[in-house]
Amino acid sequence: MIWLTWRQFRAAGAMTAAALAALAVVLVVTGPGLADDYSTGIAACTAQGGDCSNFVDRFFRDHRNTGLAVTSVVLVLPALIGIFWGAPLIARELDAGTHRLVWNQSVTRTRWLAVKLGLVGLAAVAVVGLGSLGVEWWSDPIDKAAVAAQNVSRIEPPLFGARGIAPMGYAAFAFALGVTLGMLLRRTIPAMALTLAIFVGLQVAIAELVRPHLITPTRATVEITPSNVDEFIFLGGPDGPLQVGAQAAEQGAWVLSGHTVDASGRAVETITGQRSLSPTSGACAPPEEPPAQQAEGPGEDLAPCLAELKRLGYRQRVTYQPASHFWPLQWRETAIYTALAIALSGFCFWWLRRRVS
Amino acid sequence: MTSVVSAQGLGKRYGSRWALSDCTLDVPAGRVVGLVGPNAAGKTTLLNLAVGLLAPTTGTIEVLGGRPATGPEQLAKVGFVAQDTPTYESLSVEDHLRLGAHLNPGWDDALARDRIQRLGLDLAQRAGKLSGGQRAQLALTLGVAKRPQVLILDEPVASLDPLARREFLQDLMEAVAEHELSVVLSSHLVSDLERVCDHLIVLVASRVQLAGDIDTLLATHRRLTGARRDPGTLPADQHVIAASHTDRQTTVLVRTEAPIHDPAWSVGDLGMEDLVLAYMREDTRDRDNRPALEVLR
Repeated sequence: MIWLTWRQFRAAGAMTAAALAALAVVLVVTGPGLADDYSTGIAACTAQGGDCSNFVDRFFRDHRNTGLAVTSVVLVLPALIGIFWGAPLIARELDAGTHRLVWNQSVTRTRWLAVKLGLVGLAAVAVVGLGSLGVEWWSDPIDKAAVAAQNVSRIEPPLFGARGIAPMGYAAFAFALGVTLGMLLRRTIPAMALTLAIFVGLQVAIAELVRPHLITPTRATVEITPSNVDEFIFLGGPDGPLQVGAQAAEQGAWVLSGHTVDASGRAVETITGQRSLSPTSGACAPPEEPPAQQAEGPGEDLAPCLAELKRLGYRQRVTYQPASHFWPLQWRETAIYTALAIALSGFCFWWLRRRVS
Repeated sequence: MTSVVSAQGLGKRYGSRWALSDCTLDVPAGRVVGLVGPNAAGKTTLLNLAVGLLAPTTGTIEVLGGRPATGPEQLAKVGFVAQDTPTYESLSVEDHLRLGAHLNPGWDDALARDRIQRLGLDLAQRAGKLSGGQRAQLALTLGVAKRPQVLILDEPVASLDPLARREFLQDLMEAVAEHELSVVLSSHLVSDLERVCDHLIVLVASRVQLAGDIDTLLATHRRLTGARRDPGTLPADQHVIAASHTDRQTTVLVRTEAPIHDPAWSVGDLGMEDLVLAYMREDTRDRDNRPALEVLR
């Protein structure tokens, strides 16, 4: 049975191995240079006084797109495995009628399914595990720059699913999903399409609805300062309401929600009716002369206004997953996907014995 | 003698439609059994039940004394060539032989390779490129080289041209003689089975209409021709299977153990095809008021 599984899987496996090898070559060739550039740049700016923000900004801007492209490989790989390894695994046999040939050799269907699921499923997890490991190693400098330059969180949807161990959980699940749908639909192409639809839907749903609550998020009320303000808009001209926002105090946190609260601790959508915050005069009016350069950072010329805001008691209440929750969240999310994969596999065995012929 | 296939009250329902109902059968070992019936009569259902591809809705079926497909030992005893003789399109003939060798402890590799060579199949050829007849031969090779005690074939020649049919059946018979196999073979054409079978099961509209050794069946059925009369006046031991009348003449087909003495009849023998067709027609005429025949021994 192992031989047959290997023989049937050989072509698809070889193709994937070739693609993975090509990726590995690209990563190995370009990775050390990238890491070198980053560490040299950091060393240089540290030697010149320690402010590396210009360097990381530039580094992140330069490598952002390649970084996204390489990371997206890990993001789409589980779906591809579900579609091209999972869905046809049984559907193709049922479609072509070859199950009637193979189930009448001296091997029970249960063993047949166990070997197929086990070997190809293991290969799926291994391929995605290796791929994501390589990509994570390669992207390390870009990830660091992203956190430093843009305060990007590794727990946020695009990055979280391409780092750590979660991709392996996705791969196991996508594969089991493909196999199950292939068995139920008995036709390869519809099974592939439905696998993609359900997998993507579930990925989005879990990232948006489940992951934020896997661990109780941290709540904090922070002062709005020039260094953390990320939104400052007067709506509707002079005396109009003011909308402000601020980031979490910690770097790399995934902010789930943020509200401005007034002195009494009540959440407000916008700040209205405060004369001292008028955009035309006082602390919040634009400076007489435009600043010579922007180097001070975007929030710097808001400093007097934000100080006035603080005096009036306005603060920002944020709910977020701190960067330190990355690994606990990874383990939990991987566990969820693995449990789903096991449940689907169990269903496959049950269905195969009861229903399929 | 042990039974190859024994079924009690076997039935299979798909939704509200019974594909096979109330099937009670006892097929003795060492026979080449022909399972014949029109399309959609339930032949494939019965054979799939026998190899465990389907589970019965009612009743039980045993093959060589065991429940179908319950374990490797049971699977090893039963060879199956499924309808349309499926093979793996992308695998070569050689791969199929290796598949057989890997999946069957009793695999007779010399036998398989000898057959493939004798049939003139190219080992490197992909199964998807084989002709229908060659594919059927490959599937049969897999079934035979597994060295089962019983070989079950579902319409193996349905898609073959007359010459390939003849070759396939001839080859099958050689394998049967050589390896002392019991065989169950289905077809919707009596002529396919006539040459090779010694036991017959007629399945019509999901029910077994007739089953028995062909010699016995032919010996107990007679065609009577005579002046026009009511078939109801025949002796009680002569069961009328079919009757037809012209203005002056009546022809009846009867089943009887006893010789026919009535001088008014001219008595004729039946061919297998006539016999099968009579039972198929009999079924469509008055299935409601005539119970299916008991198994004949």
